[in-house]
Amino acid sequence: MACLFTMPLYSSVFYVENKKLKGEDEMNQLKETSLLNYHKKYGGKIIDFAGWALPVQYEGIKAEHEAVRNFAGIFDVSHMGEIEITGNQASDFVQNLITNDVSVLNDDQVLYTFMCYPHGGIVDDLLVYKFDKNHFYLVVNASNIEKDFKWMKENDLGYDVKIKNISDDVSEIAIQGPNAQQILQKLTDTDLSEIKFFYCKRNVSVASANCLISRTGYTGEDGFEIYLSNEDIKMVWEKLMEVGKEYGIKPAGLGARDTLRFEVALPLYGNELSKDITPLEAGLGFFVKLDKPNFIGKEALQKQKSEGLKRKIVGFEMIDRGIPRHGYEVIVDGKKIGFVTTGYAAPTVNKNVGMAMVDMEYTKLGTNIDIKIRNKILKAQVVKKKFYQKNYKK
Amino acid sequence: MKILEGLYYSKEHEWVKVEGEKVYIGITDYAQNALGEIVYVEMPEVDDEFSVGDVFGVVESVKAASDVYLPVSGKVLEINELLEDQPQLLNEKPYENWILIVELSDQSEINQLIDFKEYEEFCKSESH
Repeated sequence: MACLFTMPLYSSVFYVENKKLKGEDEMNQLKETSLLNYHKKYGGKIIDFAGWALPVQYEGIKAEHEAVRNFAGIFDVSHMGEIEITGNQASDFVQNLITNDVSVLNDDQVLYTFMCYPHGGIVDDLLVYKFDKNHFYLVVNASNIEKDFKWMKENDLGYDVKIKNISDDVSEIAIQGPNAQQILQKLTDTDLSEIKFFYCKRNVSVASANCLISRTGYTGEDGFEIYLSNEDIKMVWEKLMEVGKEYGIKPAGLGARDTLRFEVALPLYGNELSKDITPLEAGLGFFVKLDKPNFIGKEALQKQKSEGLKRKIVGFEMIDRGIPRHGYEVIVDGKKIGFVTTGYAAPTVNKNVGMAMVDMEYTKLGTNIDIKIRNKILKAQVVKKKFYQKNYKK
Repeated sequence: MKILEGLYYSKEHEWVKVEGEKVYIGITDYAQNALGEIVYVEMPEVDDEFSVGDVFGVVESVKAASDVYLPVSGKVLEINELLEDQPQLLNEKPYENWILIVELSDQSEINQLIDFKEYEEFCKSESH
C-alpha cells in the first residue's frame, strides 16, 4: 500500500501503522500477546501498536464500535502495564506520585489519576487499585511502561516501598457493553453485581482461572477489565466468545477502542495528554486534588490554576464537510490558535467531530473556528466534548 | 481479493479503464480492503489538470486519511458525485464505482501501467 498510505496517519494511535508496510522480519520482532493466533483466527488485521502486534480491527471498526454500544465487545489489552507497589509506606508513596487523592479510597476501590512532572506536564494517566493500605496495583499505558517504572523508581527516595513491574506476567481482557455483565456472569460464581463502578475483586474464579476483575473500562459503556495469567487468557477469551454468542459479543480491535473512548471524551496519552499538556489544560482538573498535602507537580498546577489557563481542550463539530484528524491546525482569522488532538467521523453520533487544544478566548460553546484540513480552511463550531453520553452502571 | 481482467493497474492500487482518450480511474478491491470502511472521498474539480503521479484526492477511512495518486496525466472530465454522499460504494463495489474520468494527455503513459496478472503478483508480494 506504499502510496495509499504515504500521508501521515493522523491519530497517533495509528501513527505506527505505517510499520505495517515493513517486511515480515520487522513484524516478527514485535511483542506478542498470548492471543495473537486467536486474533488471526477471528480475522484481525494485525498492526504495530507501541511495539506490540495487535489487531486494529476484525470485521470493521464501525461494526465493532456498535457491538460495544449495543451488546458487548471483548478487547485484548494485554499490552497495558501493571506495576505493583507494596510496603509500609505504599500509601504515602502513591499519594506523592499522583494528582488524585488516594487517602479517600476504600480497599478494593479503583482511582483514575495522573502522574505529573514537577512542571505540571503529564507522565502518564493510570488506574490505581488499592488492595489494602500497603498494597497498590497501578495500571499504565503500554507505550509508557518503561518510562513510568523508571519515574516511580526515581521518586521512591526514602519511602519504605517495593516497586515491581509485573507487566510481562499479566494479561488483560476488557469486556465492555450493556451485555458485558450477563456474559461474564456465566463463567463465574462471584456475584458481579456486587462489584460496583470503579471497584475491583481479587481471586475471582472465571472458568476456573484466577482473575482480578474491576468494573472499569475505556468505552463509556458498562463493563469489566479482567487481569489474569498469560496462560489462562486464551481459555477465558474463547469461553467468553462462546457464552457471549447469544448476547451479540464481538471481538473488538484498537480502532474501535479509540473511537469509543473518543466519543465519550476520554483522553488518550499522546493525543489529549502529554508531557507538554497539564491535566487542567486537558479539562480534567477533577482528577487533580490541589487541597491534598503534597504531590509531584502540585506547585506548578496550583500556579496555573491561580493565574488562569491560557489554553484548554474543547470539543468541536465540523460545519463544512471534512474529517478532522490529530495534528490539524485550528485557525481563527487566518491565525493559528490551536491544534486538533483527536478527530473522527464518529460512528454512534454520526458526525464529524473532534477535540482540540485552543487558546482560552476561543473555548466558549458556540465559538466559530476553522480547521485546516490539508489545504482547505473549513468551518467548525465549539461544542460540548462529550459527543455521546456515558452509560455506566453506578 | 478481486482483480478484473481488461483493466490496467498502478502499484498504488488504482485501476484504470481505457475508452479511447477517456479513462476511468478508481481504487482496487485490495485498496478498499486495506483501508477499511471508507467514510469520505475528497475529489478534485472538473477541468483540473494533473500530471502523472499527482495527488488528485483523498480517501478517508474511519482511522486514517490516505492520498490517491493519478496514474496518468490529464484533465478531469467528470467526478463521481455519488461518492459525496455514499463513500462506502468504494468498499461495496470498487470496480463499478470509478472516482473520476480523465481526458488522457499522453496515450503512451498507459504502457507504464501493469496488467491484471502483474498486479495480482504485486499484491501477493505486498501482503506476504
